[in-house]
Amino acid sequence: MNLRQTPSQTVGPYFAYGLSPEQYGYDFGSITGGDMAPPEVEGQRIRVEGRVFDGAGAVVPDALIEIWQADAEGRYAHPADPRGSNATFKGFGRFGTGTDRQSRFIFDTIKPGSVDAGQAPHLNVILTMRGMLLHAFTRIYFADEAANAMDKVLNVVPAERRHTLIAQPVGGNVYRFDIHMQGVDETVFFDV
Amino acid sequence: MTDTSNARDWAGQPPYLAPDYKSTLLRSPSKPPIKLPQTISEITGPVYGHESVTGNDADLTLNGRRNGEPLGERIIVTGRVLGDDGTPLPNTLLEIWQANACGRYVHKADQHDAPLDPNFLGGGRCVTDANGVYRFMTVKPGAYPWGNHINAWRPQHIHFSLFGPSFVTRLVTQMYFPGDPLLPLDPIFLATPAATRSLLIAEFSLDATESGYALGYKFDIVLRGRNATPMEA
Ligand SMILES: [Fe+2]
Repeated sequence: MNLRQTPSQTVGPYFAYGLSPEQYGYDFGSITGGDMAPPEVEGQRIRVEGRVFDGAGAVVPDALIEIWQADAEGRYAHPADPRGSNATFKGFGRFGTGTDRQSRFIFDTIKPGSVDAGQAPHLNVILTMRGMLLHAFTRIYFADEAANAMDKVLNVVPAERRHTLIAQPVGGNVYRFDIHMQGVDETVFFDV
Repeated sequence: MTDTSNARDWAGQPPYLAPDYKSTLLRSPSKPPIKLPQTISEITGPVYGHESVTGNDADLTLNGRRNGEPLGERIIVTGRVLGDDGTPLPNTLLEIWQANACGRYVHKADQHDAPLDPNFLGGGRCVTDANGVYRFMTVKPGAYPWGNHINAWRPQHIHFSLFGPSFVTRLVTQMYFPGDPLLPLDPIFLATPAATRSLLIAEFSLDATESGYALGYKFDIVLRGRNATPMEA
C-alpha cells in the first residue's frame, strides 16, 4: 500500500435524491432500487424486508441498505467470477427506509444459489445512515437452508450471535430480516 | 488464507462511535466487527460503467434546469480515482449530491429556512475515463445549520459515493473546500483521524479552472485496491 485510502464520511440524512431518486420520487433516474429481478431473470422469487433499530430500540427512517448477490446458480455478475453470469441479473439493489410507512427496506429479488462449496446462499449487505461515519458490512442468510450448518462464515460467528444473520420466512415468499445497531440482538458486522 | 493488501485502513478512517457527533451514540455498533477472509462474495461487486450515465448527469448546472440557470458560483470538481497501490481506476461510477448555493437540499426532510433553487437538483453521476479521471460541473454548495449542538453549521461539502472494483472497495464520503473556517468546528470532519483529514479537502486549481466560466477544484479519491485471491472454498 503506498497511498492512504480516502476516509469515509457519513451519508447524512439527504442522500435520497442522489442515490435513490426514483424510490423517493425525485426527478432523476436511479441506477437501481429495491426491485432487483426483472421478469426475465430465472430463479425463485423472494421478498426480503426488515427494519433498522437504533440503540434505544427506535426504528431508523433514514438508513440506506444495499445488497450484492449472486444469481440462482450462485454466479456473480462480475469479471472476477470465472463462471460467467446470468446476463439479465445485475445482482445489486439499494433501498432507503424513508418511503415505507413502517420504515422498512424491501427487496424483491431471487434467492441466490451457493457461490462456492463452503458457503450457504446469502445476500451481502452494506448498511449506512446518518450517524454512521463508516458503512458496515453484514450478510443475510435464509433460515430454511440446510447448508447454513456448514457455512464457513456463519461458523466463525459465535453461536449465540448467529441468529442475527438469518432471515426468517414469514409466509408467502417473504423473509424478514431486522438489523439492530446495539443491544442483546446486535447484528453481527464484518471486517472484510 | 487470504492476502490482506486491500484491507480497510482502519487507522485512517473515522470510528463508528464519535461522541461529539451525537447521532453516532445510538447508531454505532457496540461490538467490534468480526474479521472474515475474503471470498468470491467480497472480491466481486456491482459493475456500473459508462452505460449507467446519460446526458447531463455530470453537469449539475444543466440537469435540474426548469426555466433558467441555477444560481451560485459555478465550479468544476475533477480528479482521479485510484486504488491504494496508485493504479488509476477506469470506468468506475461516482454519484454525488449536494446543497444548492444557499445551503438548502432538495430533500423533503430539509427544513432549513433558505431558498430552494427551481433550477438546481443537486444530484449527479459520472464515470471515470481510461485514466481514472472524473469531472463534474456544478455550483459551490452553501454551508447549512444542523442540530448537533448550539449554532452548529456544516462546512460547505459535496457528498460522494463510489463502488470501485469490488464489494469491499465501496466508499461514501464528503469533499470539503480549502480554507473553510467551519472545518475546525465540524464534529464529522474532526471525527476523522488527523493524519487523513486533509485527504477530504479539495485543492483549488487554476489548471482545472475554465477561463471566464467556472473555478476548478481538484479532488483525488483513493479506494482500497484489488484483491484477486479469494479464500479457498
Ligand atoms: Fe450534507
